[in-house]
Amino acid sequence: MRYLPLTDTDRAAMLAAIGADSVEALFGDVPRSARLERPVDLPRAMGELEVERALARMAAKNMAAGAAASFLGAGVYRHHVPAAVDHLIQRGEFLTSYTPYQPEVSQGTLQALFEFQTQVALITGMEVANASMYDGATSCAEAVMMANRVTRRHKAILAGDLHPHYRETTTTHARFAGFEVVARDPDPAAHDDLAPLVDGDTACVVVQNPGFFGHVRDFSALAEACHRAGALLVVIVTEAVSLGLVKPPGEMGADIVAAEGQSVGNPLTFGGPHVGLFATRDKFVRQMPGRLAGQTVDVEGRRGWVLTLSTREQHIRREKATSNICTNSGLCALAFTIHMALLGDAGFTRLAELNHAHAVMLAERLAAVPGVAVLNDTFFNEFALRLKRPAAAVVEALAQRGVLAGVPASRFWPGRKDMADVLIVAATETNTEEDMATFAQSLREVLR
Amino acid sequence: MSEWSQAVGAFGRQAAAAETISGNRGLMIEEPLLFERDQPGRSGVDLPAAPPVADRLGGLRRGGRIGLPGLSEPQVVRHFTRLSQKNYAIDTGLYPLGSCTMKHNPRLNEKLARLPGFADLHPLQPISTVQGALELIDTLAHWLKVLTGMPAVALSPAAGAHGELCGMMCIRAALDARGERRTRVLVPESAHGTNPATAAACGFTVDAIPANDRGRVDLAALKAKLGADVAAIMLTNPNTCGLFEDEISAIAEAVHEAGAYFYCDGANFNAIVGRVRPADLGIDCMHINLHKTFSTPHGGGGPGAGPVVLAQSLAAFAPLPWLVHDQKGFRLVEQAEGAAAQALGRLKGNHGQMGMFVRALAYMMSHGSDGLRQVSGDAVLNANYLLAELGGDLTASFPGPCMHEVLFDDRFLEGTGVTTLDFAKALIDEGYHSMTMYFPLVVHGALLMEPTETEPKEGLDRFIAVVKGLAQRAKAGDAAAFRAAPRFTPRRRLDETAAARKPVLRWRPGEAGREAAE
Amino acid sequence: MSTVRYTKDHEWVRVEGDTVVVGITDYAQTQLGDVVYVELPEVGRRVQKGKEAAVVESVKAASEVFAPISGEVVAVNAELSGEPGRVNSDPMGQGWFMKLRIANPKEMDELMDETAYNGFVEGLH
Repeated sequence: MRYLPLTDTDRAAMLAAIGADSVEALFGDVPRSARLERPVDLPRAMGELEVERALARMAAKNMAAGAAASFLGAGVYRHHVPAAVDHLIQRGEFLTSYTPYQPEVSQGTLQALFEFQTQVALITGMEVANASMYDGATSCAEAVMMANRVTRRHKAILAGDLHPHYRETTTTHARFAGFEVVARDPDPAAHDDLAPLVDGDTACVVVQNPGFFGHVRDFSALAEACHRAGALLVVIVTEAVSLGLVKPPGEMGADIVAAEGQSVGNPLTFGGPHVGLFATRDKFVRQMPGRLAGQTVDVEGRRGWVLTLSTREQHIRREKATSNICTNSGLCALAFTIHMALLGDAGFTRLAELNHAHAVMLAERLAAVPGVAVLNDTFFNEFALRLKRPAAAVVEALAQRGVLAGVPASRFWPGRKDMADVLIVAATETNTEEDMATFAQSLREVLR
Repeated sequence: MSEWSQAVGAFGRQAAAAETISGNRGLMIEEPLLFERDQPGRSGVDLPAAPPVADRLGGLRRGGRIGLPGLSEPQVVRHFTRLSQKNYAIDTGLYPLGSCTMKHNPRLNEKLARLPGFADLHPLQPISTVQGALELIDTLAHWLKVLTGMPAVALSPAAGAHGELCGMMCIRAALDARGERRTRVLVPESAHGTNPATAAACGFTVDAIPANDRGRVDLAALKAKLGADVAAIMLTNPNTCGLFEDEISAIAEAVHEAGAYFYCDGANFNAIVGRVRPADLGIDCMHINLHKTFSTPHGGGGPGAGPVVLAQSLAAFAPLPWLVHDQKGFRLVEQAEGAAAQALGRLKGNHGQMGMFVRALAYMMSHGSDGLRQVSGDAVLNANYLLAELGGDLTASFPGPCMHEVLFDDRFLEGTGVTTLDFAKALIDEGYHSMTMYFPLVVHGALLMEPTETEPKEGLDRFIAVVKGLAQRAKAGDAAAFRAAPRFTPRRRLDETAAARKPVLRWRPGEAGREAAE
Repeated sequence: MSTVRYTKDHEWVRVEGDTVVVGITDYAQTQLGDVVYVELPEVGRRVQKGKEAAVVESVKAASEVFAPISGEVVAVNAELSGEPGRVNSDPMGQGWFMKLRIANPKEMDELMDETAYNGFVEGLH
């Protein structure tokens, strides 16, 4: 077997050194009734060719987003990742290394994490960021739990246009960690004013920018209202590329930013693995979950990096830890770091401008289709449409014509009549004018 | 001089004053931060100019520079290549970290995960367009269920700790459904820190169970702690001392009799995969680290995946989404209604770590049921070989046989002035990553080694010779040499105290050329 | 005669007029290693004998500091936030943690004096 180097000769020599008759004899502590005599009922070993064939067959049953005109968003965005990124993250020293607990032989990972933390702080306009979380949704839940710790309060108010997966993840945690969630009603067009809801029991208000339906808003006034009441403002960003063009949460008075970094450096991968971003103010750093790479010097006075402030974490504080997170999303964070390094300010800004321009053009085209209304005044690269027919069926029909037209809101709110005809549409730099024309034309036909 | 060169010079000059002009040492290149760059305005990505449009940003256009440095592709490739060369990795050599299962990461898995039919799929595409992806997830679920003997599996958790959270939340949900308010969770002293952290995150209080002098859970002590307020026990098996909990059936029986659940931390599944089904040991749920037992790469700290196999008593509470396979094909249940009415809500966005599922399934299919049996056999054999060969020079904490990992403690270093930490740093100079140190806490100065089944005998023999040599040097009284280790690594011992007292967690403009220790 | 008393958890208490000063002992700081951070209670908080009053962190560990005696926190050593190393360099003096107005002076009698504490520490080896 190609991955198992021991030969029978090796095994015999080793058993002799150990003084055991057989490998089975080493399992003597296992209750006899639990020892399997034979391999379990699953296929036997296969060579590369066979494994490849089996999995390629499954892959072929899927419609890859690149094989269609693709306009899906809703928290996961299709961007072009430069070829160099995937090559670099597959270097064995990055791919097959462990968490950098021995810093002397992990400076590559640690320096890259320090660079990642800096990039995340810069794009969000915040002071400090951690070395990643699992994804945006869990990052959001952790942000709320951190706000609870900082304020010693237990109520979170969630905006109606917070991504449903983020709301659900936070609510699941609330149920078990024992805090209260006030989830506002979703409305694709309205502006819900949350400031009057903030009181002395509120730990935080959670808003998303751009919102789930695409709206771009200024939360500075809400931040002030929160701070007056002793509460924190948590801002969620599900499309990291928006930070290249939209005023960042740090400039609006956010206390914590929880975001999804998938858009930078990471393909769609059917929803995972992605990478959660987490940033906050310096004064809250000891309450921040997750790992942190910190700068220091070695015994020769040379600059280097180590994991630091570890006493917040599970392996030391155990039941008093800020979070139970251990493994996070290191390689995805590295892909983010490399892609961001290739972009720089000029590239990141231009990428964001392209996304916005494409969305503006698409919105114009779609608004011209009879039976379609664009609900947004403002958006970055994603907006909501109201169609004259249920959106889910329209999406199915368009899929058959090679157009992945967006995500129907009914996917998230299947019971609600007011969501049945709402379609969330995204455009990125990967969409061509031809894609957009095809989309508009197909939509016109399907709605006729 | 440019900021870049200044930065390299300042940091490189100190240590290398007597050695090289550049501060580099052959292939060990001193590499500044991305931000210590020469010129703004550059980019390593060519993008067309955006067509002019009337913007719809509501007056919220970002002003001012963000501060991301501009670099060309050659510079970025060199930067990260140089960084990678400072890392030790499985591809470099033996990584004997206990309970981490640092086995070889097959490259076939990387190739298959990148097939566009898997990598270029949006999670929210119409279900009819992703049937192959759902089939893959269902196949993986089937393999996990058969290997563990458990009837159900929750696939969404993103890591082992996340899987622990999932399992403990399912237990709490089950207790809530029974109308029972049990608040205590029993956790062995030797447990990984994620166990009590997870229990606390679910609203439980943690009660530690002592180990007996055989390194296993003290059954009598456990029974004494059981009561009507105990929700569950969280047990790792084999445990973190590398020993199989041979009283596990009695433990399961006692726990169930007390009306509690048995959570099993599956981090050490590599010891028994294909040879023992955890269901046959009486567990109610167990998380599996795909990035340990099933070879998905550690990536310097993730991503992982922590699916949780569940007994029938807990299956109804598995988190959303559920994957269902019926005559119509595969579909996802994303709302808590019908059969899923009692399901836990979501634990993360979307459906799970698909990229890790592809890799893990490719690994499982490559080995097959016969190969997986060989995996656990060779893993246990390798660890026992280390015990047999090193038990004389080091002090084994418990008599053998061990399972897939072997625990030593620092009694062999008594009187030498060399600590476990010093010993591990000396091992790094010898070209190995150190073993796990100071964990588990049940012995003093623990050294926990897990070679895994992908380590050839020749590799083990070389490692054994080096460790023996180091033990002899320590006993010969060369403590100063140990304390100076490591000497040949890209950085020597780093000042972790300074890093924690005055945390510098990001680069700030104006930092170039300044030393960190100001 | 010294008015310093000690606990089995290696805290010390020294009477200063109608308040007491609390810190951790030299033995405790050597066990901890370099102190990197001290989490002190708020002024005004009531602490209970034997219950957690502060947390002291080194690089690899976080330890609870228990109130050796019940009382109200009237002052905390703000210098420790910038100079946590004082706990290591001067644990009995500049490394003090907090001052308490004590509820029940008799609780002092239940604690060990210097001789008893030194004997206790020796017995730990």
